[in-house]
Amino acid sequence: MDVTSQKPALWMRLANPATFNVLANRLLAPLAVLTLVAFAYGLYGAFATSPADYQQGETVRIMYIHVPSAWLALFVYAGMAASALGTLVFRHPVADVAQKAAAPLGAGFTLICLITGSFWGKPMWGTWWEWDARLTSVLILFLIYLGIIALWRAIDEPQRAARAVAIMTLVGAVNLPIIKFSVDWWYTLHQPASVFRMGGPTIHKSMLTPLLWMGVAYLLLYLSLLLVRMKTELMARRIERLQILAADRQSSGGGA
Amino acid sequence: MNALLAILRREWLLARRIGAGAELGIVFFLILISVVPFAVGADQKLISRIAPAILWLAALLATLLGLDRLLQADEEDGIVDHLLMSETPLSLLLAVKALAHWAVTGLPLSLAAPLLGLMLAIEPQAMMPLAASLLIGTPALTLIGLVGAALTVSLKRGGLLLSILVLPLAIPTLIFGATVVKEAAAGRAYSTPLLLLSGVSLLMLAIAPVAAAGALRFARN
Repeated sequence: MDVTSQKPALWMRLANPATFNVLANRLLAPLAVLTLVAFAYGLYGAFATSPADYQQGETVRIMYIHVPSAWLALFVYAGMAASALGTLVFRHPVADVAQKAAAPLGAGFTLICLITGSFWGKPMWGTWWEWDARLTSVLILFLIYLGIIALWRAIDEPQRAARAVAIMTLVGAVNLPIIKFSVDWWYTLHQPASVFRMGGPTIHKSMLTPLLWMGVAYLLLYLSLLLVRMKTELMARRIERLQILAADRQSSGGGA
Repeated sequence: MNALLAILRREWLLARRIGAGAELGIVFFLILISVVPFAVGADQKLISRIAPAILWLAALLATLLGLDRLLQADEEDGIVDHLLMSETPLSLLLAVKALAHWAVTGLPLSLAAPLLGLMLAIEPQAMMPLAASLLIGTPALTLIGLVGAALTVSLKRGGLLLSILVLPLAIPTLIFGATVVKEAAAGRAYSTPLLLLSGVSLLMLAIAPVAAAGALRFARN
């Protein structure tokens, strides 16, 4: 078989940071524009065209900020777990960059989810914080994100840090469903899931459409920020390598 | 098999000689329990109500305490290199190390639990479930800790980070363990949380040694 004529699969070629950079640069502008469009449409729907809830009134609009961030909080973690596999199994060098870039974004979405949930909880339940199943699960997810970020910072060497974080991410991924299940056990106050469930959504279409648009907007925002952060991380690593090389040349060049 | 027994023996001897043996573990729990009334007041009813929580938190604390030295000491004096080169699978060796750690933390707590429970005024019918839940659940805590210890093995001051990594993962164990005692104290059936607790422990037994072995191996490329 002629090996040279075959072009390797795209994800293999992306292992080359230069190839990745070219692709990222090409994608970034359209992604940013799409993000803006989706946010404009979604926010217009959320604040102008969608009706106020007959029970909750205007506060229901917090949902359009709150729920998509909860989706993203989980989605980002799933993406990190996939990148962790890429790091451990395929030793894909860009996978650990993606992992590192994603963690603070995931933590950010989780924090947005917690804070907006708290703002929603005050008028609805009369309390800023309630130790109920879903709030608590999201809080634990937030703590796991923080642990992963702390582990990144604690180990200096990027390759070693990447593998340690990959293992932690996967162990966390195995544990998350168990944590979710166990926390659901002492479930108290939060309403049951109402969008993704068997038998279709129970919220009305006039609210669902803007909600889904906001979900798309969040997803696009995440992808754009992820690409920017990955480019930055690659650049930072390159600078560090060049600095080491320069220092090396200086110390050996002075003697010779 | 010999290697495993040798490790178990070594860990046991080390624990005894550096003053971290099982009896000291029990003293630690006794102290923790004595501190609680000073913090919450000498209210027998309140203490009785939070007793399962106190004992489970004590188990969590005791597991965390020695964890950052569990592998680090071996890393520093080169034992980890020997473990890595051994013919016996690393995951198995690490499982034995976890067993040794549990033998001086979780096991003594489980055995002393009825006595400590007496001091905390736990309902008599909850005494055996309490001991059983600790006996079944504390291995999970140690195993989760093993992964954290392996991940932070190269860090000089990894203790705090270790706790941050490990504690969220220990939540299911805590929930099911404390529920066993609560249900038993209320005179209700407690087999469901006990079975779930066993499930968590078995799952951790399956994944934690492998994950820890991977972490140790990857730490040196």
